[in-house]
Amino acid sequence: MHELGVVFHCIGEINEIAKEQRLEKINSVTVEIGEVSTVIPYYFEDCWKWAVKKEEGALKDAGIKLETIKAVTFCKDCKQEYETVKYGKTCPNCGSGHTYLVTGNEIMIKEVEASFPEDG
Amino acid sequence: MDKVKIIEVKRSIFENNDKDADRLREELKARGTFLLNLMSSPGSGKTTTLVQLINRLKDELAISVMEADIDSDVDAKKILEATGVNTIQLHTGGMCHLDADMTRQGVKNLGDAKADLVILENVGNLVCPAEFDTGSAVNVMILSVPEGHDKPLKYPLMFSVCDLVIVNKIDVMPYFDFDLEKCKEYVHMRNPKAEIIPICAKTGEGIENVADWISRQIKEWRNS
Repeated sequence: MHELGVVFHCIGEINEIAKEQRLEKINSVTVEIGEVSTVIPYYFEDCWKWAVKKEEGALKDAGIKLETIKAVTFCKDCKQEYETVKYGKTCPNCGSGHTYLVTGNEIMIKEVEASFPEDG
Repeated sequence: MDKVKIIEVKRSIFENNDKDADRLREELKARGTFLLNLMSSPGSGKTTTLVQLINRLKDELAISVMEADIDSDVDAKKILEATGVNTIQLHTGGMCHLDADMTRQGVKNLGDAKADLVILENVGNLVCPAEFDTGSAVNVMILSVPEGHDKPLKYPLMFSVCDLVIVNKIDVMPYFDFDLEKCKEYVHMRNPKAEIIPICAKTGEGIENVADWISRQIKEWRNS
């Protein structure tokens, strides 16, 4: 049920953006999901579809596009980067465990596509 | 035909919650209320540990407890019966964690009574509670011996956000292959600043040390 909570947060943020920018109709939202963000894209999409049906404002029935952010870890000992998903927390180059995640745990709203009534 | 416009946002989903949590932290500081967020797996002994701690601290501090669960009020009832302190039950409605807004609503429901220390018993889960800042002054987690000493490797985020890791149920250590030294090493690998205190909530062993830790944190927080 974790994805549903994240979707609610996402919808809250976008409704705020819609208010700031006076958006009336949002066609779709693009969200970037890190490979190690603990969010499963398939479930996120499902929760999104369910949640936007219940929306009453600009977000009603808005589509969702998901993009992946690759996870990259940096090794403090040999100063090299490597793929997190493949090797985890142990550096494949020198075997050290002194590593930290550089990118890949993000959940970001990348962009919002809105339509405006043609005036004149 | 409608015109279509793409609006670039580039905003983290956690951004709002993080700001809200900072606001709540300031509000609580102004009220003189120290919020402790307690996290763990289900069945690690959170409620038993809390009862022991509260009974030890309630003479020197005005304490309130917020119990967060997906359903039921068994924990809140247990705490109230065993300690007599102000206790409320929060239902997360199926959600697996608490966020800053839910915590704020909980604090509101505690009423106007003076509270030096509010303990938030988060939902039993080692994944999402670690991702959402509740606005607490400190994060504490309980790891119980039967769960294994390798938990810090499996749930690194939880261990990296904690100020204190309580290792509970040390009385059954001989029956499980639990290596306390290995556990400390794994916790410090993810979080060099985390303190670790072994206890047995059932017998009360080590509870004094946790109570002292909390008193010390509150003192430092008041002076900061």
